[in-house]
Amino acid sequence: MKKVYVNEERCLGCHLCEFYCAFANSGETEMFRAFRLGRDAKPKIRVEDKINFAVQCRHCDDPLCMKNCIAGAISKVDGVVKIDREKCVGCFTCVLSCPYGCIAPDKDGHSATKCELCTQNGGSPACVQNCINGAIVYEERGEA
Amino acid sequence: MKYEYVIVGNSAAAAGCIEGIRENDKKGSIAVISDEKYHIYSRPLISYKLKGDVTEKQMNYRPTDFYKVNKVETMLGKRAVSVDSKTKEVSLESGEKIGYEKLLIATGSKPFVPPMDGLDSVKNKFSFMKMDDVKGIEKVVKKGAKVLIIGAGLIGLKAAEALEHYDCEMTVVDLADRILPSILDKQTSGIMQKHIEERGVKFILGTSAKKFEKNKAVLANGEEISFDILITAVGVRPNTELAESAGAKVERGILTDRKQACKGVKNIWAAGDCTVSDDITTGTAHIIAIMPNAHEQGLVAGRNMAGAKAVYENAFPMNAIGFFGLHIITAGAYSGDCYEEIDGGNVKKLYSSGNKLNGFILMGEKIARAGIYTALIRERTDLTTVDWELLKQAPQLAAFAKEKRYEILSKGA
Repeated sequence: MKKVYVNEERCLGCHLCEFYCAFANSGETEMFRAFRLGRDAKPKIRVEDKINFAVQCRHCDDPLCMKNCIAGAISKVDGVVKIDREKCVGCFTCVLSCPYGCIAPDKDGHSATKCELCTQNGGSPACVQNCINGAIVYEERGEA
Repeated sequence: MKYEYVIVGNSAAAAGCIEGIRENDKKGSIAVISDEKYHIYSRPLISYKLKGDVTEKQMNYRPTDFYKVNKVETMLGKRAVSVDSKTKEVSLESGEKIGYEKLLIATGSKPFVPPMDGLDSVKNKFSFMKMDDVKGIEKVVKKGAKVLIIGAGLIGLKAAEALEHYDCEMTVVDLADRILPSILDKQTSGIMQKHIEERGVKFILGTSAKKFEKNKAVLANGEEISFDILITAVGVRPNTELAESAGAKVERGILTDRKQACKGVKNIWAAGDCTVSDDITTGTAHIIAIMPNAHEQGLVAGRNMAGAKAVYENAFPMNAIGFFGLHIITAGAYSGDCYEEIDGGNVKKLYSSGNKLNGFILMGEKIARAGIYTALIRERTDLTTVDWELLKQAPQLAAFAKEKRYEILSKGA
């Protein structure tokens, strides 16, 4: 199963992945529209600044978010941990459960949101495609 | 009728058990017995149904084909009344007997309604735990109805939040002097109370309902309250009768070992709100009535029932819940030194001692990435091995040693 991996040594902390992630998930056709016009798109990948590296959902083998979800709204399909927004009530038990801090309240505050590997955007992960330093890769490593 | 596996109960623990069994045994026959007639649904979602956020179908805790996919036979709307552990049979109220090789007792809890004078004279009175409770309320609630809620805990206040949808005039009475005592300390409970009061809910604390006369309650402090609908949410009691009939050891709840096997009896496991858990944050045994705990216990029970080896050894209380738009995430025990940041409704309180995080209370914007703190509790992480000062400011993986971070970023749980 392919996953997104981050090479801490190559990350410059430029935050480009955050912009591209938020844009890819915004449903907008132009990047400025996703962030201006009061839309304030939120990324599902996050660059931690102390030591630069990007973090997003690990699509765990034994996902605590999924097991703990009180609504049964989280499932793992073909290796991708997904949230069914129709079922999610925004209790944020997943935010409480994720050991990596990779699930966040959506901007409307009524549901949770996370990286779904851009499967819903029909392509390969935007963070990987647009990382100019080759710090984020999408590959098969076999160990998980 | 006889089955390899019989599960009494049809909620989170039952789902976990079915999943645990089917990981290891694809064929063994499974039967689920429940006194409720519904497809497996999420109990806490009843307040969201009342509010109109979800439909009955969206409350399904597992997909509609869950039983079919897992080859589970259901006996819904049937009550199990006793278990004979010698003949290995569950007796139903209807007189039927269901044989088992291995049995899971996941009977949950029931509302506790203290004896109150004249309660029988109240027509529209409800508990707030099950699908039928919310359906009953939906039948009688009208816009602007006067609602009296006895109990300012999680259940009572979730009912209040949902009923705001009907512009109800709400009064909440509780014997305790503060709200949500099971998850908040005095200070944070005051912050939440103010927030809820601003939405028009009236609290009368430190007193109880002494008697009822049809649509009127007389409180112990002499106050009289008229109402159209009464909701009692004082507390819950574990359903332990079935386990007791089987000869299992029961104290405050059903006692199990770390494999979720019942003590004092063979071939019977128990999971969920009817059982006692060992809390790693307090070192004490008590009932941890939360869905994640129920699911995990069920999963561990199911794996063991199907012959695999599994233990559950890191139980502790945790809650994520919101009221009228203000969210709370809490976990563990509030003991030890407290690191605190309070800015209106945005609260962070971290409790630690002996280089371990024991528990936390987070509210409002401070709930972000809470799971990083939860993991410190779950794994009993030695705080001298992380940059604790950095973590206090904000939960972040940068505070972990490089090797640990590599492990996380290259794998995941």
